[in-house]
Amino acid sequence: MAVTDKTADPAPAAAGTSRRPRRRRTLGGRNLAFCYFVGPFLLGLIIFTYIPVGWSAYLSLFDARNTVTPTADDFVGIDNYAEMLTNPDFRRSLITFTVFAAIIVPITFASSLGLALAVNRVRLARAFFRSVFFLPFACSYVVASLVWKMSIFAGVRYGMANTVLGWFGIEDIPWLFGNDPPWFWLVIATLRLWIQCGFYMILFIAALQQIPEHLYEAAYVDGAKPGWQTFWHITLPQLRASSVAVLMLVLIAAYQAFDEFWNLLPNSGNVPYARTPLVYLFHTSLGTSQDLGRGSAGALILALLIAIVTLFQGKILGFGKPEGR
Amino acid sequence: MVSTQNRPRPVGYKPGVGSRASRVANFVGLCLLALVFLIPFYLIVRNALSTTEDITAPGWMWFPSEIQWGNFTELFNDEKVPMARSLLNSAMVSVLTTAGTLFLCTTAGYGLARIPYRHADKVFYAILATLMVPSAITFLPSFVMVSSLGWVSDLRGLIIPTLFNGFVAFLCRQYFLSFPRELEEAARVDGLGYWGSFWRIVIPNSKGFLAAIAVITFVTSWNSFLWPLVIGRSSDSWTVQVALSTFLTSQTVNLPQLFMAAAVAILPLVFVFLFLQRFLVQGVAQTGLKG
Repeated sequence: MAVTDKTADPAPAAAGTSRRPRRRRTLGGRNLAFCYFVGPFLLGLIIFTYIPVGWSAYLSLFDARNTVTPTADDFVGIDNYAEMLTNPDFRRSLITFTVFAAIIVPITFASSLGLALAVNRVRLARAFFRSVFFLPFACSYVVASLVWKMSIFAGVRYGMANTVLGWFGIEDIPWLFGNDPPWFWLVIATLRLWIQCGFYMILFIAALQQIPEHLYEAAYVDGAKPGWQTFWHITLPQLRASSVAVLMLVLIAAYQAFDEFWNLLPNSGNVPYARTPLVYLFHTSLGTSQDLGRGSAGALILALLIAIVTLFQGKILGFGKPEGR
Repeated sequence: MVSTQNRPRPVGYKPGVGSRASRVANFVGLCLLALVFLIPFYLIVRNALSTTEDITAPGWMWFPSEIQWGNFTELFNDEKVPMARSLLNSAMVSVLTTAGTLFLCTTAGYGLARIPYRHADKVFYAILATLMVPSAITFLPSFVMVSSLGWVSDLRGLIIPTLFNGFVAFLCRQYFLSFPRELEEAARVDGLGYWGSFWRIVIPNSKGFLAAIAVITFVTSWNSFLWPLVIGRSSDSWTVQVALSTFLTSQTVNLPQLFMAAAVAILPLVFVFLFLQRFLVQGVAQTGLKG
């Protein structure tokens, strides 16, 4: 770090010795200060984000297998993009993501809001409930996948879900190994719900505590019944900013789903029935074929897609307005 | 809340209280849900301290027939399983990532918030632009860079590319914008420059915020999986998550050992939750609502 610069800034150690004339702040001093405050970060951002993305864009125009420095002979133009966009596996991964988002976004939203309302309302042991629902956030997706796959939804007799079903005389269900019916969606959705529900609950509780009490008093005076009526006309509108934030965060997190799909579902089998875009890209670029060109093309298509959705959503829902704080 | 204390409440209005029956139902419902939420933790502990026979017994056993503390030492003595090494790697990666992120992002955030540099806006937009695409999507471009630096299967590759977190820098900037200027002005009068007043005035007065960012960075880093999987090609650079995933997806598994490994992997974070939850909650509220 540029801590050695003494001309722009007196060394802190010298400050206490005696009274020293107040330093005139020159333009050069400011620019220098900006450099050593922001410079290292900016340099890192350029090296580890901007250059890699540019390099990837370059690679995506080449038939780059197993190499990051393709020669001119390997130039293929936009073939990689055309191939990715028509590739059934890549398309299927986008469909997988869409199904996943359609399941997980509404469920997470409703459950975390419901939990927040219930926890906010309870008088006894509120801190305890908040902690218990938040605790799963300490679990990584890998650990949760382990418990879900090997214990709760183990497709054999000793799995907990099958044990409980067995008490009601229901046959064992092979939760993760089969696509008909696609029970694995239940496994995957409950896992993610368990981990992230408490996280968003915390956000909603913080927002609920910001709602001024006098709104509820006014509603009472106007004859609104506590319960659905006040929830619908007071609480929900007051939570607008947080609701938008939560919906966006859940959706963006769903785009990046990788860990539980990787660990729960068979990867190398003949039937890769649910691969998210990231799992697919991982296989394309770092699996046996090491096809960095096509992988790069896929990554850029995906990045573009997310950037568009993010901007679009932000515009429509007014994300980032001051009330969001 | 503050404003209501000076005014009389409407007659008959009781804040946030429904009928007695609905309150009881709410409480009972929460208790049941809490039990459901704790089931996975219970299963980790039960399985970690059982024998394989207990776990796979035809009848469900709520508790192991005899508690197997030996599973713990067995896990660390098993030479096929680099558990100690991967825990050490995880600890080093998480601690260094947290320290590095905190240092780089607070300085950058402060510079952007306080130093009137001509092109500060452009720099800020360059950082904002990186927020539009989640870093997980760019794992491949980053891998290309890291592999050409020769940092694959290397702690440098695990740590350094993750330090330049645009989102954290953005949070820091927002925080420092709201930091009271008067404190810094006083430092200026005493002859401190930007650097001096940052370290002697701003940082010591921002402990709550820094702790919140630190805890959330640590938890995220400890639990991250995709990037360590991409970089950790050889087993001595595995983090604990990659090691767990490898056992989980391997052909033969030793169930008690697997769950013991899971228990060991979440232990540090359970401590974080027990002792630092205040900061974690604060961090979640900050990261979630300002993004």
